[in-house]
Parts: sequence; structure tokens; C-alpha cells
Amino acid sequence: MKRFLIPLALFVVLVGFLAVGLKLDPREVPSPLVNKPAPLFELAQLAQPEKKFSPVEMKGKVWLLNVWASWCVSCRQEHPLLVALSKSGAVPVYGLNYKDTRADAMKWLSQLGDPYVISLFDGDGRVGIDYGVYGVPETYVIDKAGIIRYKQIGPVTTEALQEKILPLVKELEKS
Amino acid sequence: MTNPTAIGVKRLLFALLLVLLSAFAAAKEAAPLAADEAVEKRMVSISEELRCLVCQNESLAGSHADLAQDLRREIRTLIKEGKSDQEIMDFMVNRYGDFVRYRPPMKATTYLLWFGPFLLLASAIVTLIVYLRRRGGRVAAAAENTLSPDERRQAEALLKQSESK
Repeated sequence: MKRFLIPLALFVVLVGFLAVGLKLDPREVPSPLVNKPAPLFELAQLAQPEKKFSPVEMKGKVWLLNVWASWCVSCRQEHPLLVALSKSGAVPVYGLNYKDTRADAMKWLSQLGDPYVISLFDGDGRVGIDYGVYGVPETYVIDKAGIIRYKQIGPVTTEALQEKILPLVKELEKS
Repeated sequence: MTNPTAIGVKRLLFALLLVLLSAFAAAKEAAPLAADEAVEKRMVSISEELRCLVCQNESLAGSHADLAQDLRREIRTLIKEGKSDQEIMDFMVNRYGDFVRYRPPMKATTYLLWFGPFLLLASAIVTLIVYLRRRGGRVAAAAENTLSPDERRQAEALLKQSESK
């Protein structure tokens, strides 16, 4: 009996490792930017190219920066959630329109609704590189001091919103 | 009725057009290399050390992903700004984390990665030694328990019996 116990135990350990491995998403690379100041930039707004925006203006507020593009398929998936979130007024959502064209982006917003207070136009993706964007959509939670507190890689889901993003926003707003 | 030769000629012209177009495509891709060979060489040597985050099993040098092209452009700009290889590597790691490097740095979180295989090897060797010692003990014990002359005769009789069958 004992001689079977050791292989059995090894097998169980192996299955445990494999089970954990199955749940890990290799596309989710932990961002080194979490708990670091959000990179500064100055970009033209999407709707009004003559107006500029910089994250400095958001000091003292908790806000979301959502990276999106009209060519991005999973952005469509999260879009209704963002529209609902922005209607609820829980937290201001700003958009970073990543490697898009103004015409396509404006059309997309008019068709699907515009959840963003302001969308910023990052046509060449230069700001995206500073934020370590590698798969659109990505969403950053930025606190009052301008520090990135959380990064959602891939579309925002109802679970992520209810269990992580909104509780975090509430907590950050208290401080 | 359409003339079959006319169709043939049209097809030939179309094929010719495609060939000419492909020549243009190749010329466009090769352009940046001619621009500054030294910069290009350094860019390639740096980007071969970096992982493309979109298609994770390709290096930044070999990837055709959009992001990889942007990052290569970024590396070129940094080289032209006179940044050292280390500074460029730091630039990437600051944005995308250690995962972007094909050779992960040695630090507390990566000790298991670096030493794990040796740990496994060491534990395998220890297990082997323990097993061999135990078995050696058992073999020695068996050798000590030699048969008495009586038992030997009995065993030989049994062996013969089975042979004759």
C-alpha cells in the first residue's frame, strides 16, 4: 500500500500545478507601473483637436483611463459596461484613443455611445508605449495623487468592475 | 464571344502587375535598413533580447505585430538620442516589466526560476543515494541469511523438479 502512496502524492501535486497553470492567463503580464506615478503626457482631445489635456489636470480626483480603439474587437465587448458606469457617475472615465483615426473613432462613439468625459487622441501610440499598453483594451485606475493603483488588462468585465475596480475607487476616494 | 487569347493576355498583364507591385512592397520593407546601418544593427541586437508582448513567443526583432514595429521605432529613436543599451533595456522594463526580457534578471522573485532546476537535480540525487543505500543494506542482509545445508538440498530438489517438467 505504501509503495503506491508516494507516486499518488506526486501525481496529486502535479495535477495541482497543472490546474493552477490552466487558470493563469499568459497574456496577463503584471504591469510594473502599478503603484507608480502615471506617466505624464499632453495630448490633443479627440473631439476637439485644438484643446489639449494632461493628467496633471486630474490631481485630487480618482479616475479611470481606458485605452480603446475602433479597430479593437474586445473594446466592443466592454463598451456597454463603460457606458453604464459613466451614466452611474461612480467615477469619471477618460479615454485614450490608441492608434486610431479620428474619423473612425468619432464614428464608433456616435454609434455605440460615448462614456468618456474626454477622449485623448494617441494616433501614433507614443503615449501607449509609456503606459506599457500591449493589448487594447486596458484600463488604469489612477488615484488622487496621480498614482496608478490597478491595471485591468483586456476588457472590463462585470466581475472585475464589481469586485475590484469599484471597491478600489471607493477606498481611494476616502483617502 | 470573348477571344481566349485576349483573356490570356489580360491574365499575363495582371500577373506582371502583381510582380511589379511585390517589388514595391519589398523595397518599402527594406528602406529603414539602408537609412542607418549602425543604428539598425544595434536596434536588432537589442530587440532580439526582448519579447514581443503581443505574440509572446517571438522576439521583438522578428515580430510583425504592430506594437513590435512601434517599439522598434522607439528603440531607433532612443539610439539616435545617444542612449546606451542598458538605458534602452531599462526603458522597456520600466514599461512592460521583467517579462519583456528573454534573460530574466537575478532577484528575489526570480530565484526559484534560476535555481529551481538545480534544486530538483539535488533532490533527485539525494533520493537516489538514499534508495541505493537502503537497497545495499537489504542485499547485504539477504547475503547474510545463507541457507543451511538442509535447505540447500531442498531448494536443489525443487529446481530439478521444475526442470524435468
